[in-house]
Amino acid sequence: MDTISIRAPSMPSGGTKTRRRMKTRLPAALALLPTALIVLVVYIGCMLWTVRLSFTSSTLLPKLDWVGFAQYSRLFANDRFLTSASNIVIFGALFISGCLIIGFLLAVFIDQNVRGEGLFRTIFLYPYAMSFVVTGVAWQWFLNPALGLQKLVRDMGFESFTFDWLVNQRMAIYTIVIAGLWHGSGLTMAILLAGLRGIDKDLWKAAKIDGIPTWRVYTSVVLPLLRPMVVTAVVLLTTGVVKLYDLVVAMTLGGPGIATEVPAKFVMDHLFERNNIALGTAAATIMLTTVIAVLAPWVYVRYVRPQGRHA
Amino acid sequence: MRMKTRVSAYTLSVALIWSSAAFAQQKAEVLHWWTSAGESASVKVFAEQFTKAGGTWVDNAIAGGANARTAGINRMVGGNPPTMMQFNTGKQFDELVSNALVRDVDAQAKAGKWREIMPKPIVDATVREGKFFAVPVNIHGQNWMFYNTKVFADAGLEPPKTFPELVASGEKLKAKGIIPIALGGQPTWEHNLFRAVVVGHGGADMFRQLYGTRKPDILKNPKFKETVELFGKMRSLVDPGSPGRNWNDATALVITNKAAMHFNGDWAKGEFIAAGQTAGKEYGCTVVGQEPKLVIGGDVFVFPATKDKAALATQDKLVEVLLDPTSQLEFNKKKGSIPVRMDVDVSSMDVCAQKSHAILKDPANQVESMEILSPPNFSGAMQDAVTQYWNNPSMSADAFIEKIVSAMRDAG
Repeated sequence: MDTISIRAPSMPSGGTKTRRRMKTRLPAALALLPTALIVLVVYIGCMLWTVRLSFTSSTLLPKLDWVGFAQYSRLFANDRFLTSASNIVIFGALFISGCLIIGFLLAVFIDQNVRGEGLFRTIFLYPYAMSFVVTGVAWQWFLNPALGLQKLVRDMGFESFTFDWLVNQRMAIYTIVIAGLWHGSGLTMAILLAGLRGIDKDLWKAAKIDGIPTWRVYTSVVLPLLRPMVVTAVVLLTTGVVKLYDLVVAMTLGGPGIATEVPAKFVMDHLFERNNIALGTAAATIMLTTVIAVLAPWVYVRYVRPQGRHA
Repeated sequence: MRMKTRVSAYTLSVALIWSSAAFAQQKAEVLHWWTSAGESASVKVFAEQFTKAGGTWVDNAIAGGANARTAGINRMVGGNPPTMMQFNTGKQFDELVSNALVRDVDAQAKAGKWREIMPKPIVDATVREGKFFAVPVNIHGQNWMFYNTKVFADAGLEPPKTFPELVASGEKLKAKGIIPIALGGQPTWEHNLFRAVVVGHGGADMFRQLYGTRKPDILKNPKFKETVELFGKMRSLVDPGSPGRNWNDATALVITNKAAMHFNGDWAKGEFIAAGQTAGKEYGCTVVGQEPKLVIGGDVFVFPATKDKAALATQDKLVEVLLDPTSQLEFNKKKGSIPVRMDVDVSSMDVCAQKSHAILKDPANQVESMEILSPPNFSGAMQDAVTQYWNNPSMSADAFIEKIVSAMRDAG
């Protein structure tokens, strides 16, 4: 092996090399074959099937006719879908940025070598151990004006205190954001804390000598170094945004009215309750297209362009 | 939970091994979604009767109607169906009939004179192409108003007979610090309340035109707009904690004297019974409207098509058990509904059930439920419209009607 690989670079064509490489890679390829098949058939196959169904008039059972973009024009005339789409944007923006900010502040706080660090870490990370359903029900009770916070404060004597976001059409989506933040900030903290701990202590010493204020070190030196951690956190949080469903179902069931509807719930309801497979798959296709549209530039910058540069 | 998994795994393996071979013992796998305490007690009646008749009942309960239906339909399409499966009376199994996935039971229906002993709306909802494709087992009234007798007596008020009266006495109750209407503020229950107002104030024909024929002409009727505005006025009779509340929590408000009235199907009786209350004493039930029209639906069982003789015989036996007068009476006492056979003596049932039976004696009072009249597609779109109107006090009746127009157009 070794002798060949040393000789290899001097050879004008890579014929033997490729064959050799094939030989060593064959078992690996065989081992990966089932996974590859599953990815191709189950994931890609189901995606294509979903897209195909969105061009049909299927109701309860799939039907393979062709109605063109009829389902899509119905979809974009549908109040509920439009509300869902704008809700997911509001939720996504606030949830991701909120989790990053709160998570970073918590991580910095714990990084100050506070006493009882283990305890704080557990407390902050604990919500993440709960399912969205539990989170949703707990926050529903807590924010319900007749049961929770508002009643508590009023019972303490502040009669005019009002916090009815949960039952207020305009504000309800923000209560979902609050519950989401409570759930997701801990994880972000854990990821960023791991990053903070990995930063070279010498950097801090150097900054001290130069007399740079601590906040400045965090924003200008530490944060850029944490970039991979931030990217990881963003990716994890984004998947949470796209599949947002159970939190809404547990907390508001899409209400009051349709104020907290989200696309995933739209898809589920139409597929399984309203016998409207075609409209449901059309909404799912729109979700898929949106995700691809967001991911494509990122994949290009990260994977495609660097390779092009090296070659 | 684990027990249930084991049971269904067992059934599955049994089904795989035995599906083609004929075997003497009549084993029936029954798929349904009756999982709450009262519901499972009622399905047990059927199971016991079937066991008495010499069969073996294998219970496959899946929580949640939509989940159970999805699981059952997938199994039918996949060629491994249960022996018998639950649906709601109405359109849910239309496509199973048109794809020949369920068998007809018209021979039994003719022998048992089903067409004569069952209310016409129920018969019509189960018959396809002139044949019975399912066995109805009960009748649920959907537009009942339950009220707290003590709250009304204390306030010196009579339970309202019509909806304008209801709004008036609701305001008085509200002034006394009582929640006039306990509502589970989820789209399903808001829509249920709307339907109670439509049938009670607008009348049976308006209800049928809105949910059945679905022609926009009915929306131009001034009476319809009046009904919609009346429904809009009821928004202020609900407490601020209503949005998102479960229906049984709303029922609990009436049980605990916090609220006066509660619109729901007769399944809500189960909550009162569980709280140790008796119909006609602590709580009453009535149908609000000029004439007491009862919106009826219920449950049916379908029998997946099979060529296996033994399985066919088992299914025939099940049909017999389901409609046997004793099992009808006992099942419906526990379920809160009334027997689907109008020839069963209901004097041993509670006052609400007797009232229900008395109202339904007159065919003019029988109104088909939305599940019977509308495809899920349209009822879903209606539900979206109703919940938007209900939760947005600044939305006008005209804007709401506009939404119904587009719901009718989309659902075709």
